[in-house]
Amino acid sequence: MSLNIIKKKDLPDFVRRLSSKFRIGGPVEENGTYAFKVIEDPNDLKLDYTTTILPPKKFFLPIKDTLFEFDKGGNGKVQAPSLEQQTVVFGVHTCDVHAIKLLDHVFATGHIDPYYTSRRKQTFIISIECLNPCDENSFCKSMGTLSAEDGYDLHLTDLGDYYAVDIGSDAGKDLLQYATSTPASNEEIKKLNAVISEKWGRFPYRLDFDVNDLPSLLNMSMKSPLWNELGDRCLACAACTNVCPTCFCFDVKDEIELDFQHGRRVRIWDSCQLDEFATIGDGHNFRKSRALRQRHRFMRKGKYILEAHNYLGCVGCGRCARACLVNITPIGVFNELYRQKEVGGQS
Amino acid sequence: MIANLSSTTLAAYGETDNHLFMPVTARITKVVPLNEQNKVFTLELPDGISLGHKPGQFVEVSILGVGEAPISVTSSPSRSNGTFELCVRKVGDVTGALHKMKVGDTVGVRGPFGRGFPIEKFHGKDILFAPGGLGLPPLRSLINQVIDERARFGRVIILYGARNPDELLFKDELKEWGNRKDVELLLTVDKGDENWKGHVGVITTLFKEISIYPRNTIGVTVGPPVMYKFVLMEFLGKGLSEGNIYLSLERRMKCGVGKCGHCQIHHIYSCQSGPVFPYSEIKGLEEAL
Repeated sequence: MSLNIIKKKDLPDFVRRLSSKFRIGGPVEENGTYAFKVIEDPNDLKLDYTTTILPPKKFFLPIKDTLFEFDKGGNGKVQAPSLEQQTVVFGVHTCDVHAIKLLDHVFATGHIDPYYTSRRKQTFIISIECLNPCDENSFCKSMGTLSAEDGYDLHLTDLGDYYAVDIGSDAGKDLLQYATSTPASNEEIKKLNAVISEKWGRFPYRLDFDVNDLPSLLNMSMKSPLWNELGDRCLACAACTNVCPTCFCFDVKDEIELDFQHGRRVRIWDSCQLDEFATIGDGHNFRKSRALRQRHRFMRKGKYILEAHNYLGCVGCGRCARACLVNITPIGVFNELYRQKEVGGQS
Repeated sequence: MIANLSSTTLAAYGETDNHLFMPVTARITKVVPLNEQNKVFTLELPDGISLGHKPGQFVEVSILGVGEAPISVTSSPSRSNGTFELCVRKVGDVTGALHKMKVGDTVGVRGPFGRGFPIEKFHGKDILFAPGGLGLPPLRSLINQVIDERARFGRVIILYGARNPDELLFKDELKEWGNRKDVELLLTVDKGDENWKGHVGVITTLFKEISIYPRNTIGVTVGPPVMYKFVLMEFLGKGLSEGNIYLSLERRMKCGVGKCGHCQIHHIYSCQSGPVFPYSEIKGLEEAL
């Protein structure tokens, strides 16, 4: 679709006007790092940020989500929550755009999840092009997520005093009505082209092999000794899965008030790294060791999710690498598995 | 819990996705204790709707304020009568709370979920059932369906093993099956007691007691994870093909609808693709068994 320009000085007004109709989310600076938050003051929005600890998925897959409320006294009546909340999320990086595309697919395939899809339909994404690597942990270029061809409503590229704005959907076109914008001139389009091609070289390839070979590599690595090494190091703290933009597993629990009458059934983020995740009623645990649980995690990221949903389960954002206390990183793991196959020929 | 149930089966109701996590209230109409740990609950859905399940499927049973647990349906569709039965072993919070419930109490039900046994594929075949311990309740649904449509099948052989005579479930029904001329039933216990006159030994020791025609035989087993390896070896050793061996893989299904990840075996969501699988589909997946 067409390309437009919004001047940086006009951005706060854009946000302010949008906030008359929408809840606004976006990255803000907090304790020396960044977090996606609901924006009250447009000046808090920091579009030029490195990365956030938690991905933006929390806007439609909250850490804790009420499935229904109940009143045990009222003949066990249950009440679905209201999900009405139109939201615009600013500043989503392209790695996270790819992750959201995967989540959209998962929750709308087979049984359609009404909670996710309802929130998602009411959430509009204004993504932003990364012009520099956020840090040494990200590997978006290797995963093919350094750009996004769709999955956003508006997409911004920082061109100095102004943003180039790409319209990605009809909803995006409507959002743009809230901004003071002009169609991009030939000069501005040229500048966009120059900025994008300059950025490419600044991002390193960090995977030692082609990402298309990742599923086969993992397939051959089921019995790699690396899993035991990871298992020995892993603290099973679940930080990796908690910060992951493509993790979507959850637990279902009941919460009850002190009156023992009113309560709610909730789903909360869960982690395959925790001991009880695959334990059944009689106590049998299908992934007893941390080694098996780490293997499951990396297999999910590079193979299982692809087989189940046709999307790669890792977008190279690097959040799990930053969060890990014992330095278990996807790049380290994938490259080591590759080295074992290439050099050692171990099975 | 939900008004205006216009569907005729809970299965059809559950297909409308707004109800994905919303349970329907079922009333307990009968409670039969089988032993210290196991009780059979008969449940009735509201507005005369039936469950609409297939043998091998499961439901999510919930008690508000306690939580939800996946439990396989033990009654056969051929004997539904507007109700269905769950055999519940007291192992956790939800099942513990269920065990305290009486006739007239209500529970929440979602489902039925998953892939059941492909009973049509068994027509004309001999069926060798090998349930172990608590594997009988889910298989009972299939066994009674087969008995009710007896003419459609060849031989029906049931090898059932439990830890001790007290843990043999559905004893009245075992007696009925044993009395039928068209059912071959062999029982065993790992450890007998003073009254036990029957076979003693693990379930695999019963296989040498029977002769079958392997090309025309379907093997079906449900039991604790530790049992599968050994029963599979017996089935394969009898000459059954991998595609003709069926088993049900129990997992900790939290959602039942292929999202929560707890039941995942490699890329397979067992609550959707299973819990019933032909062995040929899962034999390469090392976390399956």
